[in-house]
Amino acid sequence: MTTNHITSLHLRSVPVLDQDEALDFYTTHLGFEVRDDIDLGFMRWLTVGVPGQDTALLLELVGGPQHDESTAKQVRELVTKGALGGLFLISDDVQATYAALRDAGVEITQEPVEQPYGTDFGIRDPFGNHVRINQPSGAAAGEVQDAYDAAGAR
Amino acid sequence: MGRSLSQQEDTNRRMLRARDEMDRRYAEPLDVPTLAAIAHLSASQFGRVFKDVYGETPHRYLQRRRVERAMTLLRQTDRPVTEVAWDVGFASLGTFSRTFSNIVGCSPTEFRAQHAPVAVPSCFIAAWTRPREHPAPTAPPRTAVSEKREEVDAG
Repeated sequence: MTTNHITSLHLRSVPVLDQDEALDFYTTHLGFEVRDDIDLGFMRWLTVGVPGQDTALLLELVGGPQHDESTAKQVRELVTKGALGGLFLISDDVQATYAALRDAGVEITQEPVEQPYGTDFGIRDPFGNHVRINQPSGAAAGEVQDAYDAAGAR
Repeated sequence: MGRSLSQQEDTNRRMLRARDEMDRRYAEPLDVPTLAAIAHLSASQFGRVFKDVYGETPHRYLQRRRVERAMTLLRQTDRPVTEVAWDVGFASLGTFSRTFSNIVGCSPTEFRAQHAPVAVPSCFIAAWTRPREHPAPTAPPRTAVSEKREEVDAG
């Protein structure tokens, strides 16, 4: 039991190179809803989230004043190289999600693969950020480990 | 599209698409013309630009990708080593064993004996078990004695 009183993950920043394009991708293709779209003058505060869930993504434009020009350039290069972190989403029908995204022309990095923990596949957002979408198998963590152990039993 | 990418960012993005294709089709022979077309480059440009962006040749990247998959299969399954070699795209067990040992530092059989299955999402296994290149051997420091020996050896 910790005593720091943290109760939830609220917001996570995703580096994007164009906020309009990011907004279109995350709402049109992934079904996110807009939480905030506020012109703060110094920045556009743009957040989206999965309907019914509190956690939101801040679609944060790379190149704000917190970065000097050289650092911003490096971050943009890392995003476009696919070198930064990713998002992990849950679907209740991963095959339908995959088919819809594939048919919409979204970049697929891996077709759906059945794993002990579920069936998942990968996509990229328009800038190079990796997104994986999983439909959990429903197995408990111990059962997942048992499946790996059984497969690897030698 | 509203964004404007620099030339380098646009190149990165196109090369990432090509690299993703290699990741998907890792068990197939390296198809440079197709990858080059994905990256909007000529086949003759592709290898050089890939190395500029990712620091290694497409051939070497594919070898590491295949070996990473082989490491997963060796760790997570009890399939024979020969089948693993074929599954990940090697045409012969000898080439697989040599490449695996060169990249990982031990044989596939030794690797299997030393590693148990792990229960984390496959993309993390792929990313974090992708073997790095061994650092290139460095030449010993030159000394007055070694320089003298070189002079003698050179006649």
